[in-house]
Amino acid sequence: MSFKMMSSPHTNQRVLTSKVMLTVALCTLPALSLQTYFFGLGSLIQVLLCSSFCCLFEAVFVKIRKKDVRFYLKDYSALLTGLLLGLSLPAYAPWWIALLGSGFSMIIVKHLYGGLGNNIFNPAMAGYVFLLVSFPVQMTSWIAPLELSNSGASFIKMLQAVFLEQSQWVELAKQNIDGVTMATPLDTLRTDLRQGLTTSESLQKPVFNELTGIGWGLINLAYACGGLLLLRIKMIRWHIPAAMLGSLIVCSSFGFMISPDTVASPLIHLTCGATMLGAFFIATDPVSASTSNKGRLIYGALIGVLMYLIRTYGGYPDAVAFAVILANLCVPLIDHYVRPIAYGHARG
Amino acid sequence: MNRINIKEVDSGKVWRYSGGIHPPERKSRSNQAPIKTMPLVESYYVPLSQHAGESGRILVSVGDKVLKGQILTQAMSSNALPVHAPTSGKVVSITEQTSTHPSGLKVPMCHIQADGLDTWQTMHPRDNFKNLSSDELITIIKEAGIAGLGGAVFPSHIKLKQSSIEMLIVNGIECEPYITSDDRLMREHAKEILQGIEITQQILQAKRIIVAIEDNKSEAIQAMQQAIKESQLTFPQLQLRVVPTKYPSGGEKQLIKLLTGQEVPSGKLPSSLGICMHNVGTFFAIKQAVLDDKPLIQRVVTVTGDNIEHKGNYWTLLGTPIEQVLQEAKRMKQSHVIMGGPMMGFTLPSTASPVIKSTNCLLAPLDNELSQEEPERDCIRCGECANACPAGLLPQQLFWYAKSGEHQKSREYNLFDCIECGACAYVCPSNIPLVHHYRAEKAVLRQEDLDAKQAIIAKQKFEARNARLEKEKQQREQKQQEAAKRRQAQMSSGQKDAVAAAMARIKKKKELAESETTDAQVPSTDPQKAAVAAAMARIKKKKELAAQQASKIDNSAVDPKKAAVAAAITRAKAKRQQQETESS
Repeated sequence: MSFKMMSSPHTNQRVLTSKVMLTVALCTLPALSLQTYFFGLGSLIQVLLCSSFCCLFEAVFVKIRKKDVRFYLKDYSALLTGLLLGLSLPAYAPWWIALLGSGFSMIIVKHLYGGLGNNIFNPAMAGYVFLLVSFPVQMTSWIAPLELSNSGASFIKMLQAVFLEQSQWVELAKQNIDGVTMATPLDTLRTDLRQGLTTSESLQKPVFNELTGIGWGLINLAYACGGLLLLRIKMIRWHIPAAMLGSLIVCSSFGFMISPDTVASPLIHLTCGATMLGAFFIATDPVSASTSNKGRLIYGALIGVLMYLIRTYGGYPDAVAFAVILANLCVPLIDHYVRPIAYGHARG
Repeated sequence: MNRINIKEVDSGKVWRYSGGIHPPERKSRSNQAPIKTMPLVESYYVPLSQHAGESGRILVSVGDKVLKGQILTQAMSSNALPVHAPTSGKVVSITEQTSTHPSGLKVPMCHIQADGLDTWQTMHPRDNFKNLSSDELITIIKEAGIAGLGGAVFPSHIKLKQSSIEMLIVNGIECEPYITSDDRLMREHAKEILQGIEITQQILQAKRIIVAIEDNKSEAIQAMQQAIKESQLTFPQLQLRVVPTKYPSGGEKQLIKLLTGQEVPSGKLPSSLGICMHNVGTFFAIKQAVLDDKPLIQRVVTVTGDNIEHKGNYWTLLGTPIEQVLQEAKRMKQSHVIMGGPMMGFTLPSTASPVIKSTNCLLAPLDNELSQEEPERDCIRCGECANACPAGLLPQQLFWYAKSGEHQKSREYNLFDCIECGACAYVCPSNIPLVHHYRAEKAVLRQEDLDAKQAIIAKQKFEARNARLEKEKQQREQKQQEAAKRRQAQMSSGQKDAVAAAMARIKKKKELAESETTDAQVPSTDPQKAAVAAAMARIKKKKELAAQQASKIDNSAVDPKKAAVAAAITRAKAKRQQQETESS
């Protein structure tokens, strides 16, 4: 009698890639719902659009590469990429932004490098950077939630904004109160600081109070909660988020101590922009991150430092995407030099 | 050189190693009942080689009656071990049968038909071993065919021959899930194990003896504690160390790290740290060999898995067909059987193959008991494998290099430090059979090394041959030169060289003959040949004459036409003459 020969081990702990991806996706839901609450259904629409496009491109490319489409869609990596990209896009960016971003992420960044596991860059962030560099206007038009409700945006109008670019009401909303329509509080602060205002003066602006400021804070909190949950159920490891947030806090505290009037406080850095999304959901992408724990600490810290530098001195308001992409570039180097000492190799 | 810090060891410290996993233990399925004895079966198949090392010379022939414990093979080298008859009976055949090995290769086995009497050969039990020398003890242990019963089946006497051993480690860890043979053995035979330890200690004279048991075996710990109390060896020389449950703490290198904080240098043996380690089962076998004069012909086998009705441990004679063991323990479904644990065991190619020294467990799982069938996916570089690796390696990189055939990189990333424990594949979310890839890559590297070695040998041979040819040539030349010198010396001294004279004679003769031939004056025995030769000579002469005339004409005549005509006439004349000679 003969049996199917299998190599040892004959057992495993069954935390499958697909489960990891799906769990990570699920843990963004609290933040997604908050984002939808504050910025309208547009956020949800972007997420749905990007996820669908990403899955579509994945399917097409898997097919072109003559592999089993259903098998590859089932690892949910395309879904997660789409989700993360969608979460990063302004709520009322036109539909082709989602299409182009998804296409760039899946085709150029992922499949041209050999598909899942072989991409150097984080697909969602590379797609985001591509969009930000190519279409700065569309990519920085965040509508303040307050204005949306004032201008009487209905669901239909939101759809129109995304799909038909009939965004008169968006324009209207933008014109209502000067400056409030600016993307994020971080952006506002950066502009104000450039214009000679102090941090505390800038913080008096409406964008920092009430719905918007609180909104960004809450959204970040929701991402943090989702991230902590991921840590708790051991879907991600603590090294990258801890190192990234840690180095961001250290850098911003240092800067704040030296010159409190010209730089943002650590609290603003932590609660604004995509800090928590980046720390728990984006930088932790295993494929494009360093693979050893020590390497991950370096990788995370590098992202934190880059984020601080770009936010403070760079031309873009938020820096997660750039920081992650730049850190991705350093990963091979980090992995080459930061290797665990194998058993029996210590001290020659 | 790293040395063990005895003081720290005595403080009871347990170090830690990086990596390791906590798979479900599932030991209570088989460790509840005492060890049962497998009943006698009809046929036993004893492989002539059951251990790492060469097989010996067969001492019995077909038709011979053998007694239980009778030696069947004789070890021919110091690394080899003899094998013994597991029961009394008749040697039916010595043929090749499927081995108890993942390869399923056929190896020579001695088929013994049991007579059912199970008669021992004459035994000479001893009350005491104190009066025996180390060499005598080692010989007894070797003759009893004792090999490491933890799974590696390395001949034990080789380890015991090492000198300057500071620490003897008694491995009672048994970290693999499911397996409980050592657990039960310690619970039921702690005293005998201790006797084995005492014997070993008499040979090694180690400063410290550490008995290491995982903290999930409280009964075994108690039993061993009791035995240690009653033993002649005392603290701090003999110590019991309870270590936290983690796989693979029972691995030799990992356990050494746990107990001493030292790492065995890569590519070296524990003896380089002054450490010798044996499994508890081996100590039991040593005791039986030295005091009871019983060779190693049986071992405890855990038979477990949900496909087995009577899970438990069985004293099983080596050579018992595995199928018989499974039948005795009531296997329910015909399904695959793993020898060893779920982490490092292998699927048996055939259950007809026999129980051997390394058969610590027979695991017959039901479908989905161990793992659900999941397809392999792409590596996402999550690094979980690196966190699980107890050897501090980067399995994801090794996988990458193995797959892409970057053999040099595989070496650089220390593939040969991989102990194939399976922790990496266990945690892999993409279900990649990592260990399988490493085994294949190791085989490739070994082949590469072998080829390189053979290439070096071939090169050496080639160079040696060239050197030899060159030398011979030089010798020849030297000889010739010497001969020439000798000749010259002889000639100058006035003596005529015979060879030179002969050569000169031959030369003269030849010249003479040549001149005669050209003159065609040579009287030949063959008239036809002579005629031809004469004709040829004539033609030649005429041609020469004609050429002379032509050149004369050429020189004297200004008219080229005349010259041409004259030449033509001469040619025609010559031709006619030639025809005439030929016709005549």
